[in-house]
Formats: sequence, structure tokens, C-alpha cells
Amino acid sequence: MAQVFHRSANTLARLTLVLIVLLLGLAIGGIMGLDRSDYVTDVSFAKAQPIQFSHQHHAGALGIQCVYCHSTVETSSFAGIPPTHTCMSCHSQIWIDSPMLEPVRASYRTGEPLQWVRVHDLPEFVFFNHSIHVNKGIGCSTCHGRVDQMPQVFKVATLQMEWCLNCHRQPEMYIRPRDRIYDMAWQPPPNQLEVGRKLMQEYKVLRLVNCYTCHR
Amino acid sequence: MNSPLVQIAESVRGAASRPKLDLEAVRAKLAEARGKRFWRSLEEIAETPEFLAWLDDEFPSRAQDFRNAASRRDVLRLMGGALALAGLTGCTKQPPEYIVPYVRQPEDVIPGKPLYFATAMPFRGGAVGLVVESHEGRPTKIEGNPQHPASLGRTLAWQQAATLDLYDPDRSQAVLFRGRISSWGKFLGAAAELRERAGSGEGIYFLSEPLHSPTLIAQRQALVNRLPAIRWFEYDAVGQEAAAGARLAFGEPVNTVYLFERADVILSLDADFLGSMAGSIPYARGFISRRRAEADRSRINRLYVVEPAPTITGDKADHRLAVKASEVEGIARALASQLGVPAGGAPGLRPELEHFARVVAKDLQAHRSACVVVAGEQQPATVHAIAHAINQALGNGGATVLYSERADAAAPVDPQPLRTLAAEMNAGRVRTLFLLGVNPVYNAPADLQFARALEKVPLRIHHGSHQDETAALCQWHVPEAHFLESWSDAVAWDGTACIIQPLIAPIYEGKTAHEMLASLTDNPDQSAYRIVKSYWQARHGGPDFEQAWQQWLHDGVIANTSFRPKTVSVRADFAARAQASPAPAQGLEIVFRPDPCVWDGRFANNAWLQETPKPHTKLTWDNAVCLSPATAQRLGVENEDMVELRYRGRVVHAPVWTTPGQANDSASVFLGYGRRRGGRVCEGAGYDAYALRTSDQPHFGHGLEIRKIGGRRRLACTQDHSSIEGREIVLAATNAEFLANRRLFEHKHEKTSEEETLTIYPEWPYTGYKWGMAIDLNACIGCNSCVVACVAENNIAVVGKTQVLRGREMHWLRIDRYFEGDLDNPRTYFQPMLCQQCERAPCEPVCPVAATLHNDEGLSQMVYNRCVGTRYCSNNCPYKVRRFNFLLYSDWETASLEPLRNPDVTVRSRGVMEKCSFCIQRIQEAKIEAEKQERVVHDGEIQTACQQACPTEAIMFGDLNDRSSRVYRLHQNELNYSVLTELGTRPRIKYMAELRNPNPELERRS
Repeated sequence: MAQVFHRSANTLARLTLVLIVLLLGLAIGGIMGLDRSDYVTDVSFAKAQPIQFSHQHHAGALGIQCVYCHSTVETSSFAGIPPTHTCMSCHSQIWIDSPMLEPVRASYRTGEPLQWVRVHDLPEFVFFNHSIHVNKGIGCSTCHGRVDQMPQVFKVATLQMEWCLNCHRQPEMYIRPRDRIYDMAWQPPPNQLEVGRKLMQEYKVLRLVNCYTCHR
Repeated sequence: MNSPLVQIAESVRGAASRPKLDLEAVRAKLAEARGKRFWRSLEEIAETPEFLAWLDDEFPSRAQDFRNAASRRDVLRLMGGALALAGLTGCTKQPPEYIVPYVRQPEDVIPGKPLYFATAMPFRGGAVGLVVESHEGRPTKIEGNPQHPASLGRTLAWQQAATLDLYDPDRSQAVLFRGRISSWGKFLGAAAELRERAGSGEGIYFLSEPLHSPTLIAQRQALVNRLPAIRWFEYDAVGQEAAAGARLAFGEPVNTVYLFERADVILSLDADFLGSMAGSIPYARGFISRRRAEADRSRINRLYVVEPAPTITGDKADHRLAVKASEVEGIARALASQLGVPAGGAPGLRPELEHFARVVAKDLQAHRSACVVVAGEQQPATVHAIAHAINQALGNGGATVLYSERADAAAPVDPQPLRTLAAEMNAGRVRTLFLLGVNPVYNAPADLQFARALEKVPLRIHHGSHQDETAALCQWHVPEAHFLESWSDAVAWDGTACIIQPLIAPIYEGKTAHEMLASLTDNPDQSAYRIVKSYWQARHGGPDFEQAWQQWLHDGVIANTSFRPKTVSVRADFAARAQASPAPAQGLEIVFRPDPCVWDGRFANNAWLQETPKPHTKLTWDNAVCLSPATAQRLGVENEDMVELRYRGRVVHAPVWTTPGQANDSASVFLGYGRRRGGRVCEGAGYDAYALRTSDQPHFGHGLEIRKIGGRRRLACTQDHSSIEGREIVLAATNAEFLANRRLFEHKHEKTSEEETLTIYPEWPYTGYKWGMAIDLNACIGCNSCVVACVAENNIAVVGKTQVLRGREMHWLRIDRYFEGDLDNPRTYFQPMLCQQCERAPCEPVCPVAATLHNDEGLSQMVYNRCVGTRYCSNNCPYKVRRFNFLLYSDWETASLEPLRNPDVTVRSRGVMEKCSFCIQRIQEAKIEAEKQERVVHDGEIQTACQQACPTEAIMFGDLNDRSSRVYRLHQNELNYSVLTELGTRPRIKYMAELRNPNPELERRS
């Protein structure tokens, strides 16, 4: 009786086995890659806001300090979004007729608050506290990037748990002197590890990798 | 010996003929037990086959789920589909979230940080001062105000649950006229019309609860001055015998304050002073101060309680005598005659009660000026009067019992206010009736037929929080503002006044009683703020009023306003007036009691309180007829049997609950259930005991007939959801035993030697914080405050009656109730049980996804986002404190409940395990603040929610590495023990064994 399969079927079978493994690997890799992709994490995507507010202009060109608007960043878990009155403290004097600012004036007139779209959105089971990070030598730009160069704010970090843990496991890589917290242009010095370790001691910074640090 | 399964099979065959519970066998088992035997339920001792089967079944009531005839293929198809769909849910992106900043940020508000405001909760008998946590303008959590004498920083369950009342979606939301939505403006128009044709006020009647607000009392007075012919009635559905009793004894209705901390011997004549009397928080604190583990054990006090239905006061007693309510008076009289107080004799008293009275009299006599006799609010005025006379004779007046003026000296005096009002209504004299914050159609005694009388009133105006039974019969209904939305004021039970300030503007169109009364004045649309402030401005009179006002709001107390003490003396004709009432009639007695959770029905729509197990019976969501085991046996009824209660010609159907500790031949019925209107939670729960109540004997009476009518009503009781299998979980002894041998509990201290703690896991050095807890069983009074505080703090979901029946309640903290000894009148012990935060937690190694694991401060962490719901951890937990979200229990839909939630705690979803976290959100908050200031967390800086709520400071939390911390010292106390320490779990919670102080002369024959 003639063989049912041609000899080349052996090769095909081997190839199929290899391919299955490869494809599975690819699929898993693909899913993992997708999960970390900008499409899923929203990194680098600016979101449409009610007003085209430019951090580049305000924080960069005009040099307004971060805490002028994000006033509770040193005291509270929430950094704070400025009330309409803070905007109007300048814009009742300058650009008073700008059509771009009409939503702000409308809010001021009617008492209806502005609704900003949250860019840095953590899941509801994660509890992040700005004040402790700022007090322990983590600067704005470490997580938020060069906001002073962004016409519209976008995420520069995934805010995924592995990204958080990256710093929580080795804070010495990212810690900076407290007087440079709001320095957007701060770059780690060549001897960052050495400086970082010293600052960790000075600021009593712990490596907090317990679940309860963020999950409650 | 047959296996349990065989026994079950046999029992199923014989079930039809055999009664389920053989009480004689239970008695025999208890009698043959050597030493102390603790038990939780009758079924547990009897080891009934049903109970064993229930225990054996890991997932009760699971069986019927598998009985349907789905084929294997169906199952596979469903499972495949479920798997695919479950995977899909992970593929969503987070929906966009908005940040909504203020337009003008209020001063002092820091988004993300709560603010705290002092206010007070008005409740019968006076206000309890509170400090309320507010997150960006929404109140989320209530704590006691440490400066307020009625709170001392602590609360009861009712205060803890008040936030849910505020956000209750069933609250009345609009002014109604003839059932249609109207407006406050239109109501004011109607009020103006009424004002114009009021004349001298003829025909205008008011019905309210006893007033505790000085401003409201002044408003009432002003109204009476303007319209002298109006009539005002005040009633309390539960009872108001204390004032009449004082009048009987002293000739004037004085206010009484007890100083239990000074008393060596206390006799409670049916008085629940630990749980529900006005001032019970400071009373409990004072009473417990002589008993707690840290106290001087040689100065322990002694508590005798005489009562028909078990209360937490009776459960904490050293000697509790279960007698019919009508026999209490006889005991009081016997005691009085022993002590030489002329109060008539007590003929026909049973010899054992006579003996009890003799022994107690001797004990009281030996502690003159350092004892207290206190009468309960459900006892007749005569008992109160005799108690007063005894206190006077023993020299307690001014020492342990303080007398003073009453809050409302001008209060209308009428022992039967509702009966008088009903008569007036029936006579057609009432033209207009204001019902201010009351619900008499539901809670008036049945014989008055209040609803029928009410319909004879041409104009009926109801002011209430819900569209309840009374609102349905009134033309006008005005929603009542919750106290967290109101400007008002109130005095505490000792007279201390405080301002009630709102935490939030009225969510609906709620109005306060002040605004209701103002509608009849020349200035009808005044705000409550104006009214209250101008009253206090006039009363203060000084130029620095603004400053004082700010101070009062800040402190939550107005200094130096407590009642001035008063010396009183028993009136000369007391003996003649305190005539003996007829000797107790034979037969079955009915006893009406407010429900320990929903009270007179006002909290019936509060699901937190509905799901809180009642302290003694551990029932939820229902009321039952409580019968003693012997009486139930005599009547041939068992748990959950439906019976017909026939009392003075009225009939109610109710389920039976056999309650060890209930007096024989006495049936307790609990008020507050059987609501016909008032919200989705209360409607349909329980039966209406008011339907049996009569105005002449509102608290107890004879002539009850109980007849089994067949059928059952399942009652959701949490006490048997687990069994103790005879292990030593509660430890107790007498004080004398302990004083004789201070090493009594040494064998139960945690083992430290290496062989005894052998483990394969490496030791972990806890170098930083080492969180631990100590729970003093001497101090726990089982009041449930901690349970509700935990629910409020940790966003714990309500599951409802059917789920509780399946053992799926979600409470992270429960209070286990243990009985010991005698079946008919056992000793009762309470034990708060929560996650023990074991250092060697058995739950952790079995989790396949590492969703529960240990942190370096010794906490067993539960990570919701990792949990896949295998429930292995719960299976492996020896304390049974893990709770699983079998269904989506958290309400994610109802908009009004969203602001209720604590923003610092995750709201759990379906399929997730949860458990006590030692209030990790509070720990983290304190640690972050401390680290910002580069210091360590001080002892006492972190209080868990249960600790902060506990009226008696029974719970202590802190750092065990801090040798000066209170929790560390308690862990070294001679009474300390850990539960199930023999398993090597090394719990971080230590309990202090309970010591009671029985009188040797009364020791039971055991």
C-alpha cells in the first residue's frame, strides 16, 4: 500500500510544531506589546480639552510656577486644578476679549465649573499621593515630562504598575534635591546613583513595594 | 458511632414525626458539661442533624443550583462562553474621566483632604455631639465629639449610620399637596391663609416628639404667646415614664444623671443604660471604667439586672434575673422594704425573687452613697419613683445620682398625649393639625385608631423625612431636612447645649422644624440659620457674640450650659402615692420593646442598621417574637414557626425565635418593623408590633395568647454561620478566681519558645512599625457601634436578607455572642471578631495569584485587583473573617449613594474577596503626614474606625514595636490571650479575658 503522506509531510509537521510555538509566542508578545502600546496607555496622545490651554505658553514662556495653579501639590494627594477665579486673576486684565477664553468667562459669569478631561488617569483601586512624592524629592518632570514644552498636555509615562515599581524599587535613580522639584529642565547628573543614595538617606526615603502602599 | 452523614440520612427519614429540637437533651448536655461550656445556639449544643448538615455544607443552599437538568454539553457551552466574555471585559479602555474644579474655591478646602465640622445628632433624650468628616462638601463619616459630654468622642450605631439616612434615595424629595408635587412657596401661602383666620389659635394643634432644641422651645413659647388657644402635644413612641416617676417621687419632673464610675454596686430594674438610655455612651464609659483589663481589679463594680427581655446591659451583668416585666415592680418593692423605704409591700413575690431582693439589698446597704438603682424607661412610673426613693434612702443623691431641672420646663404635661389628642380629634375640635417629625399613623397604640381619628381633621400638615404612613393621610407633606443639612441646636441629656450646623445644603427641599414654625409668624420665610442665631444672640446678650458663636461652632459645645444640680427630697406622701398595683396576673405576658437596631421604626429604612445583627439574638432584617426555650417548648413552637399573637382582641402573625435569657411565660415583641410605607428597605420587613399595643399599657400586659398557625418564616440569623467545635475562643473567669491566681490565663498566652512555634517559613524581623490590636472583652458591651462604623468607613456593601440567609453577609467585623451555662438564663459574652492579621496567615500561601500577602509591617494585605475569586483563602481562614462578593453587592447605580462612599477605599466589585485591613487608608494617611514631617507616627495618632466608634474604648490599635504604646502594654496584660493560637497563626490581635464579679451569696448551683 502506498504511503498516504509524501515524505515532505514530515518536514511540514515539524515546521507546524515550530510555527505553533512561534505563533503562540508572537500572540502573547503581541498582547503584551499592545498592552504597553501608546494606543492602550494613551502615552503621547493629547486629549481635547474645553479650552486649548497651553502649558508651553504659561509654564514655559511666561514662567509661571507650577504651584501657582496646582496649589495643593505639597499638602494633598491631589495636586489641584485651579478654580476659575485663578484663571480670571490674570484674564480679567489681559486677553479679556479673546474668543478662546470664552468658556472661562462663561464659567465666571454663570458659576458653572469648567470640565477638564483627565489626562493622568489612574484606576480606581490605586491611591496616589502627590504630596509625599514632592516632599521626598521626586520632581514634576520625572513623571509628567517637559510639560513646559507641551502646547497640550499628554502623558509621557504609561502609569502602569511596572513603571511605578521601577522607581519604587530604586528611588536613587530618580530622586533629586528638594529645591529642584519644580525645575522642568532638571537632568540627572552623571553621578546620580551616588547623589541619589545620599538624598535617600537625607530625606529618609524608603523602598516601598508593599501592595498596601498604593492599593487599599 | 455513626458518621454525621448517616445521622443526617436517618434524621431525614424520621424528620416528619420527631421535633427538631429536643430541649431536654440540650439541658442534659449542658448539665453534664464539666467546667465552663460556651455555646452559640441551641442547635449547636443539640447537634441537630440539620445543623450538622448545614455546617458540613461549605456553601449552604448550593445544592439546588446543581439540581437542574443541564446537560454536560450545556455546562461546557456556558463555561466556554463565560470564559470568552470574562476575557473580553479586560479589553476595555478606561472611560474618560473629568476633573471639575471649583469656580471659586472655598477657604480652607484642600481637595483630597477632608475637613471636620462639629455638629450633633438630636435623638430622644438629648443630642450626641459629633465631628463629621467632609470630603469636598459631602459628609462621609461620623465620629463622636470628644468635647461633648454625651459623646466623649464616641458614638453608637445610630450615629454611625446617619450618613446613610442622609443619602437615602427613598427620602421625601418634594413638598406635596394632596399627593401632587407642590412647593415651599405654596405651602407658605397656605400657612399665611391659616395665620389670617387663626384668631386666638382655636383648633390649631401640634404633635411633635419631646423637644430638645432651646430655639424650638422658644419658638413654641412665642407661638403660644401669640395664639394662646393652640395646643401642643409631645410624645415618644417608646416611652416617657421617667418624668412621671420623678414627679411621683419628688413632686416635680426632675432630670436624672447617673455617675456609674462612682458606683460599686448597680441594680438595673429593666434599664438598658449601656445601650439605649439617654446618656448611654458616658454611662457605658463610666460603668466599664471599673471593669476594664487595665483597671484596678480589686475595685471592680457589680451589676445586678432584673429584666424580662435580654438587653446588652443584662448580657454584661454579674447577675441577671429574667423575670416578667410585671414582676420588676414587686422586686423593687421588696427591695424597698428591705432597705426601710415605705413603698408598700410585695405580696406574692416568688421565693427566689425574695431571696434575690434580700441579697441585693444587703449588697446595696454595704455600699451606701456608692451604689445606684436605676429604673428602665419601659417600667411604670411607680418603679421609677421607688428607685428614686431607694437612691435617696441610700444616700446616693448627689453622690452617684445627680438631679437637675429638666430641659424643657414648660413642656406640656400629659401622661397620655396621644390618647388626649385622639379624643380631641374624634370630638371634632381639631381643625388644623401639624405633625412635626412624627409618624403616629404607624406608631400610635392600636386602640386609639389614630388614622381614623386623623381623617376627621380638616387640615393635616405632615413634616417628615419620608413619605410614610402618616404622610399618606395628610394633605400637606413637607420634607424634613436631615440633621446634617440643618441649622438647629439641642441639649444633651445632662443639659449641655450645642449648635447643630449643616455639613451640606439640603439635598432635596428639606425644611427644619424651625422653618415650619416660622411659617406661622409674621416673618414666615426666615431661614433656620437666622432663627437659631438670633435666639442665641438674644440669650448671650454680650457684645462679643460673634466670637462666642464661632467658638461654639468650632467646639460643638456651648460651655457651662449643663443643668444646674438641684437637691430634691422624697415627698412626704410618697408611701401613700406609691400604692401597690395589682399582683402580677397569671398567664402569658407580652412585652413591647424598641428594636435594638431600627428603634421605634425611624431607622427602618436604613439598610446598614437592618443588616446589623441584633446584639442578643443576632437576627437581621426581621423582628420575631422572642420566647424562652421552656415557654416555646410548652407552647409547642420552634424557631421560625409562624404563630398568631392574640392580645386584647387584636391579632398579629409573627415568627418565633427561641431566646435563651428571655423570661418564662413572657413574649417580647419588637417595635419598628412591619412598615407599610416609608421606603424600599423597610417595607415588608418583619411584622408590626404596634398593632397589638394599647395606650393604657404601652410597655407590657397580660392575656397574650399564642397559637401555632402553621407555616414558617425564614429568619436571617448570623449566629450559626460557623461553629466553635468546643474550642476555647472566649475565656472568662470570676474576679475572685483571678485575684486568687493571677496566672489563670498563662496557659493561653501566646507561645514563644522555639519548639512550640516551629515553622518552615523563615522568621521575619519587623523593624519598622508592627501594627497590632488589643480587644478588651471586659469592656465590649456588644453595642454594634464598631460594626456600623466599619461599614461606613470601608464602603462595605449591604447584601439583603436572602444573602444573609446563605451566610454571605459582608461585615468585616462581627460581634460574636457566646452563651455559657444554663439554658434558660445563660451568661452572655461578646467578642468582636475581625481579621486577626496573623503573622503566619493561613490564607496567604493558598492564593494561586498572590492576591493576599504579607507586608513588612505585619498586615495581611488583600489586593482586590489581583483577586480572581478562588475563595481558597476564605476556606483556609480559621477565624472565618474573609468575605466574598458572590454577586455585585455594591450599588453602582443609585446616584444618591455615590457621595456616601469613602473616597479613600476601593468600592469592590463582584468576584472579589475582601476583609478587614486595619483601616489601611487611615494608617497610610498618618504615615504620609508623619513622613512629610520626618518623624514617626505617635501612639494614638491612628485610630481604626472600630476603635474610634467604641463607646467603652474596648478596642486599642497601635505599634507593638513602641514599648510605650497602650496596645503594647495591653498585649502584656495578665488577661491577654490569642484566639486559636494553637494553630500557630500568631494573631496580631490579643483579647483580654473577661472577668465577672458575681456575688458569692447568689452563686448558681453548678
